[in-house]
Amino acid sequence: MRGSHVIGEAATRAGCRFYAGYPITPQNELPEYMSERFAKLEGATFIQAESELAAINMVMGASMAGVRAMTSSSSPGISLKQEGISYMAGMELPAVVVNIMRGGPGLGNIAPTQQDYFQATRGGGHGGYRTIVLAPYSGQELVTLTMKAFDLADVYRTPVILLGDGLMGQMMEPVTFPDPIDPDTLPQKDWRLDGARDRDSRLIASLHLDPAQMEQHNWKLARKYAAICERETKRESYLLDDAVLAVVAFGTAARIAKGAVNRVRKAGLRAGLFRPITLWPFPEKELRALTRTIKHVLVFEMNFGQMVEDVRISVGEQATVHFHGRPGGIISTPHEIADAITKLFYRYKLDN
Amino acid sequence: MAKQVFKRPDAIKENVFHYCPGCGHSIIHRLVAEVIDELGIRDKTVGVPPAGCAVLAYNYINVDMGEAPHGRAIAVATGIKRARPELIVFTYQGDGDIAAIGTAETIHAANRGERLSVIFVNNGVYGMTGGQMAPTTLLGQTTTTTPGGRLPLRDGFPLDLSQMLAVANGSVYIERTAVTSPKNIIKAKKAIKKAFQVQMDDLGFALVEVLSQCPTNWKLSPVEACRRVEEEVMQNYPLGIIKDTTHKGD
Repeated sequence: MRGSHVIGEAATRAGCRFYAGYPITPQNELPEYMSERFAKLEGATFIQAESELAAINMVMGASMAGVRAMTSSSSPGISLKQEGISYMAGMELPAVVVNIMRGGPGLGNIAPTQQDYFQATRGGGHGGYRTIVLAPYSGQELVTLTMKAFDLADVYRTPVILLGDGLMGQMMEPVTFPDPIDPDTLPQKDWRLDGARDRDSRLIASLHLDPAQMEQHNWKLARKYAAICERETKRESYLLDDAVLAVVAFGTAARIAKGAVNRVRKAGLRAGLFRPITLWPFPEKELRALTRTIKHVLVFEMNFGQMVEDVRISVGEQATVHFHGRPGGIISTPHEIADAITKLFYRYKLDN
Repeated sequence: MAKQVFKRPDAIKENVFHYCPGCGHSIIHRLVAEVIDELGIRDKTVGVPPAGCAVLAYNYINVDMGEAPHGRAIAVATGIKRARPELIVFTYQGDGDIAAIGTAETIHAANRGERLSVIFVNNGVYGMTGGQMAPTTLLGQTTTTTPGGRLPLRDGFPLDLSQMLAVANGSVYIERTAVTSPKNIIKAKKAIKKAFQVQMDDLGFALVEVLSQCPTNWKLSPVEACRRVEEEVMQNYPLGIIKDTTHKGD
């Protein structure tokens, strides 16, 4: 099944009943899938919006009404959605936002890149908020992480970004889906707007004119973000137990890096892969723990160096951080990365 | 026994309006609340206020409310209504909100025939930010960003959004009203009620434009401001039904 379709099916099975989006390559297969899937699903709404702005704001409305809602786009469209994402972060509204990244900046190209790491992990819009960012690297992970995104969004009442690229979206792999969740069985949202029947009227707003109130609200968000950092980091460790060098990569880059690690292992080089699955919260502690035995880290990204900053923050002075990147949509081969790993082994005499 | 002939509507909270003396918002808020009471829909109505002076409408109108980014009220309302079609959803927006930054959202919602009741308050200026030119500002009108008056070649022409929306096939009811006199206020209320009724009858997109007065930014007294609406504004934006296809096919 095609990656974009996998996201759509997983979202539907997670109980998503509202999708609004606007065409942009390379993610068009996702809205197309949603339009067909929702046309046959009672109580589900698909809207092709007039813009990315309209789409995210429609999702905001559906989320206010308590419905699991999703939108998707690609880099320039995600920039437009940042207004709405900021408001939703402020109003503590859950939603899932899929970004199938393009090259950038500007219109860029449609080839697979990871140019939006900063935008996704630093909040992206105004106001100093954070969004949970999940980075799938396989068809099956598109299933599990899409479904998890909806749960995390609801539990923490926050937008969650699913960050992929054209390769993730187009790649076809066999996947298995869990049984669909009936949205009626999901926990009731006692904050949703559904008419003030036998209760006081409710308000969902991000305006806090009183500085004391604003500060209180921002501290509340800060505590929530701290709790997310404490509980929700996720990563994969691959062949790291005896490794002297760790490659750090996420998403498509991690898929390539895994091939590279297998390749150099055959040549007897003890390299492993550390793959952040949550980009925010970044698995900082887990990475730092590795530096007890690993003193060289090679960060591989399909950009000219973004996650590498989080890696440097994580390892501090405990390891030397190297970087290898391709920023234009050229997909590195496992051979190219294996080469980069091998060079480090020779330069730093890591193989003795 | 004394008979109560006038009371605070159930859909109005007991907060003191923060609006300037003579501002039309307080009247229009009350009209919306009276209509919600009369239709008996307070417990299934959700409102979306704009950015601007009426951003605090939720402090006064006693229904569930969700705040929207500037200009996006209709998109947010679309999401609410489509997600829960049993709700009655209205937006309350100023001219800058609906006719400048939110034009795209507005036109396309009307074109899709979204089942929404839109209250469009047109006072010809950005009130909250201090009286800058709005898309609806009249030619020659002085604002803080048109110090010598609005010039068409520099600032463009006044935009008649209601007429534009009437062209959209999904809109079924559009009327322009004012709140300058008891007579006009009664008409405005009737129009607002109809806009809600149209939604309850599932007919399509309904919008009521209300010509309102902004004495503070116009630098006029409340009485002069009402006179200006009647003598100048109505010349450019005449009152009346702009579109009504609700009885088509009866």
